[in-house]
Amino acid sequence: MNQGPASQTILVVGGGIAGITAAVEAAETGYEVILLEQSPALGGRVSAFSRYFPKLCHPTCGLEINYQRIRKNPRIKVITMAKVESLSGQAGDYTVLVKTKPRYVNEKCTACGDCAKATDVRVSNSFNYGMDKVSAAYLPHEHAYPQKFVIAPEVIDTPDADNIKAACKYGAVDLDDTESVFELKIGAVIWATGWKPYDATKITPYSYGASPDIINNLEMERLAAHDGPTGGKILRPSNGEPAKRVALIQCAGSRDTNHLPYCSRICCLGSMKHAVYVREQYTDAVVDIYYIDIRAHDRLEAFYRRVSADPQVNFIKSKPGHVEIEEDGTPVVCGEDTISREVYARSYDLVVLALGMEPSALTDTDAPHMGSRDDYGFIVPLPGDEPGLSSAGVAGGPLDVSMSVQSATAAALSAIQAVRKATAQSGALE
Amino acid sequence: MNNQILNPGVYLCGGCGIGESISLDALEQVAGKEYKVPVCRQHAFLCGDEGRALIEADLAAGNVNQPIVAACSPRVMTDQFTFEGTPAIRANLREQVVWAQPAGEEDTQMLANDYLRMAITQAAGTVPTVAAPEGEYSHTILVLGGGSTGLNAALAAANTGYEVLLVERDNQLGGWANKWSKTLPHLPPYRDPQPNTINELITTVEAEPAITVLTGSLVTKTEGGPGKFNVTLSQDGSSRVEHVGAIVVATGWRPYDANNLVHLGYGLNTDVVTGIELEELLTNESLQRRSDNKPAKTVMFVQCAGSRDPDHLPYCSSVCCEVSIKQALQIMQTDPAASVYVLFDELRTPGTAEEFYRQAQKAGVVFIKGKVKSVSADLGVTYDDVMLGQEVTLQGLDMVVLATGMVPNSTNPEIEPAENGAEQLLDDVNPNTPLSLAIKIIDNDAKEVVPPTAEQAQASEPVSAALPGGPLLNLQYVQGPHIPMLVDGFSDSHYICFPYETRRTGIYTCGPVRRPMDMAEASEDAAGAILKAIQSIEGAARGAAMHPRVGDLSFPKIGLDTCTKCRRCTIECPFGAIEEDENSFPILIESRCRRCGTCMGACPVRTISFDNYSPNMVLGMIDAVEVPDEFDEKPRILIFACENDAYPALDMAGLNRYQYSAFIRVIPVRCLGSVPLLWVATALEKGFDGIMLMGCKSGDDYQCHYVKGSALAKERLSKIGETLKSLMLEEERVTMAEISIADSHSIPDVIDGFVETIEGIGFNPFKGF
Repeated sequence: MNQGPASQTILVVGGGIAGITAAVEAAETGYEVILLEQSPALGGRVSAFSRYFPKLCHPTCGLEINYQRIRKNPRIKVITMAKVESLSGQAGDYTVLVKTKPRYVNEKCTACGDCAKATDVRVSNSFNYGMDKVSAAYLPHEHAYPQKFVIAPEVIDTPDADNIKAACKYGAVDLDDTESVFELKIGAVIWATGWKPYDATKITPYSYGASPDIINNLEMERLAAHDGPTGGKILRPSNGEPAKRVALIQCAGSRDTNHLPYCSRICCLGSMKHAVYVREQYTDAVVDIYYIDIRAHDRLEAFYRRVSADPQVNFIKSKPGHVEIEEDGTPVVCGEDTISREVYARSYDLVVLALGMEPSALTDTDAPHMGSRDDYGFIVPLPGDEPGLSSAGVAGGPLDVSMSVQSATAAALSAIQAVRKATAQSGALE
Repeated sequence: MNNQILNPGVYLCGGCGIGESISLDALEQVAGKEYKVPVCRQHAFLCGDEGRALIEADLAAGNVNQPIVAACSPRVMTDQFTFEGTPAIRANLREQVVWAQPAGEEDTQMLANDYLRMAITQAAGTVPTVAAPEGEYSHTILVLGGGSTGLNAALAAANTGYEVLLVERDNQLGGWANKWSKTLPHLPPYRDPQPNTINELITTVEAEPAITVLTGSLVTKTEGGPGKFNVTLSQDGSSRVEHVGAIVVATGWRPYDANNLVHLGYGLNTDVVTGIELEELLTNESLQRRSDNKPAKTVMFVQCAGSRDPDHLPYCSSVCCEVSIKQALQIMQTDPAASVYVLFDELRTPGTAEEFYRQAQKAGVVFIKGKVKSVSADLGVTYDDVMLGQEVTLQGLDMVVLATGMVPNSTNPEIEPAENGAEQLLDDVNPNTPLSLAIKIIDNDAKEVVPPTAEQAQASEPVSAALPGGPLLNLQYVQGPHIPMLVDGFSDSHYICFPYETRRTGIYTCGPVRRPMDMAEASEDAAGAILKAIQSIEGAARGAAMHPRVGDLSFPKIGLDTCTKCRRCTIECPFGAIEEDENSFPILIESRCRRCGTCMGACPVRTISFDNYSPNMVLGMIDAVEVPDEFDEKPRILIFACENDAYPALDMAGLNRYQYSAFIRVIPVRCLGSVPLLWVATALEKGFDGIMLMGCKSGDDYQCHYVKGSALAKERLSKIGETLKSLMLEEERVTMAEISIADSHSIPDVIDGFVETIEGIGFNPFKGF
């Protein structure tokens, strides 16, 4: 690390695909990087996707390469369960306060799994969006990096915690672990804080929460994933039966001035991928995609062509008015077909709301120091802004994975330029 | 350093269930008795401070300089088991032995013993690698293309301290952006057309001392590799050679030729214009028709004119909807009484551009969903009106604007196609295409050109033909002068996870030559490409590999004494890293090499090897396995597993405690492309009963990080029939399994299924010979 007056260290906040990329690219250019992630493992949203459009390949494939790059690179320091509390200063001289949550497991963890066997307490599995449970001593998922267990706060101060501690042969369980706050000296910051799905309960007509068979697009990814709650089978959450009549509702929250005024870019393509998930599993399944406009930019048009060639996938131009629940719990999608003017009320095994992307840092109280933001909360540096702050990936606007990587690579260069400039200036002052 | 005598030390970990499942003493016997390894120690928690101190003490005392850690997978505890900057050789006893096998069984112990034997053999076959950069390395970046993308690329490089040579074929900088009346809004509040700032950008670039601008110039030849490119430039009839470190290609796009759109009225009436032609008509005054200079009061934009159309451009050009909205707004702003219609099939304003769409709707632009059928000479636009459910003809228009799409300048249409041209790269468009196409063109001594079967031909039909025109850089590579193209003629890239990666190391593409995009996105893209260019320059100067084996210092060494000049390595290298000398011997251009080992897999006489990955090493590992004779009724199956996807999947199967046959022995490989058939044949001769190649998916949606490793492996395996026949062995003994990294759950079925097949066939008759 540079010991001169200007710090050359780049802080990347957020360990999803954009943050990982920014960190790795900056480190491979020769800079020291600290990568902060608020959850126990890196990977962010994409690690919970079953597959990517349009290749239908697995996100873990690219993540594996990125984790190899991190493992091999001594310049990257990863800190999990960490958030930025505050930031002050300017390029080359930021003081950042970082707060970490207790993991109750230290670096000695080998991921042997003995702790998980020591307790019967099961807690909600956040990796599967609460659709199933995991042991209170758990590995976030099979591809977790770092490969370290976590003890759920629910069992702390219970006898189970002591059993968990006693089961660990390696002294890796630390029940006295606490929240901690520490200070970092940083040269430039890349915000890669990503996104969260729009709160579906705010779209009241779509009845999210009123039936277990109305789920969102992220939950659909977990249903399709081999390590998801159903082992990869697309099943109705209500009764575990195959979901063979499936409605995919686009723009659930997006392109709507009452909710998210912008288009979230990825939802159409994500839903087409969901149609493939269903059709791969059930030859007799029918999938209806309700849409306003199908947005399949550049070569992704070919994916649209491929999916629309399936006679059992119907593209219905209509923004459904509401989703009713029948007495037996079956969801019924109601609305008017924009083209045929037909008023429909169709019942489905499963309704998937294609929720839009909302910037994660939108409501955080620690947000003001992140730099210029637009009306939606995306971090968009303006000409003349302080050069040490940049954004990568969806923190800066709704992007797909490829564009997020592109944005993150550019952000790495921008951060490098900022610390170089600050160093040159501080050198000139000496 | 290469002459250093290796003193191995074996360190056995008993943690994570290893000690309870197998006998470490038995492993110690293997190391000490069989291999005479002088130092062998056990510890119950080797990755802990005490365990590591054990190893460090031996290293410090000089007893050991090559630690072999028999513990968990090499994919974990990397920091803990890296000593003096070098990762230890690992035997994976945890994920792939004790976590996947029942404890205390003889077969589990035999598996562990073999993995230790293989690790010791691997260590013996590993020479520490040292960087070998030689000669002068240039730190200058050549940016090809002086449009908005290239200008931004040049500035990005200069602002990071690098010298730039900016080469533009026109006599002025700025490219298409010189024509734009206004530009798209990319900053909040994303609502109004913005002033075109291209002149300011040009001025800034021209004033930047680190940037040398060469207009009216073409690259006529490019030789060398990262850090050492020699680029011949021609300007005003004279030529010069420049030494550059990396190249960023920002050659942009050209509009789809509207002359192909006669059915949309182009050429029939001068008031049918393309969006680009309209830009020159948009001024601060109200819009006038080209034909008679009368005000254009009623204007219709026809979207997807030649885009998203199988007869023209199959893809969406991404920016046309926003451009038409901008132009519609400009018309309305200069003449609020104008009637402007936008006829669209799908209106695409992704992200915050939705605000721009909303602005146009507010301004009174009328958006009509419909599919255009024709535009007549008298400006009648006929379309299927989707809402009305009928065909409609709109008359009385003053002007029709065709929103034509973008064609990538991945070739230069102004120069002659090269003889060794773009069609050769079609096997790259679809890596499943048999190599015969490439061989036909390149290999003058081709012995056996088997025409693809009808089925193969259909499977390998390219997604789209290569674009016409000559090469941009005229690469003096045996693999041809072009930068490979992917679908639709765009310059190739690994387009989801690693979009900057091309198959020409040190050459990065950005802007619309890579993917249709607007100026703001292209500017960002330019910055990303510059970062990659900088990395390749610095990496080359250190002798280190680029993505994905970043920093790897090993490189393939080609032993010319036994080389038969068969040219396979040259042809099959995914990155065009191997050239030929005047005697047709292969020569490696090190800084182009990504260290995948595909050349090693291609070489029939095993004369290509890395210091730490070689045929001798792997053959030694194969030989190290103890193959029981058939009376023991324990078959042995050898699995070559790609270390990037299949091997992690095997690890995760162990992590999940999925159980599978203990008869397999896994050798991780850098890529399936690095596996020569010789390894398969040797294993069969040794008495292995079955061989499986485990790697990722090939084909259109290939997942190989080296582009065509699985495809090459498949291709090679298709030729093993003869070998098997000559050995009197059944073809089913050798197979390939496409395993993705997310397939941990199917590992047991894949392995046990194959073991069952082999047991059905019976034992290899070579056993015991």
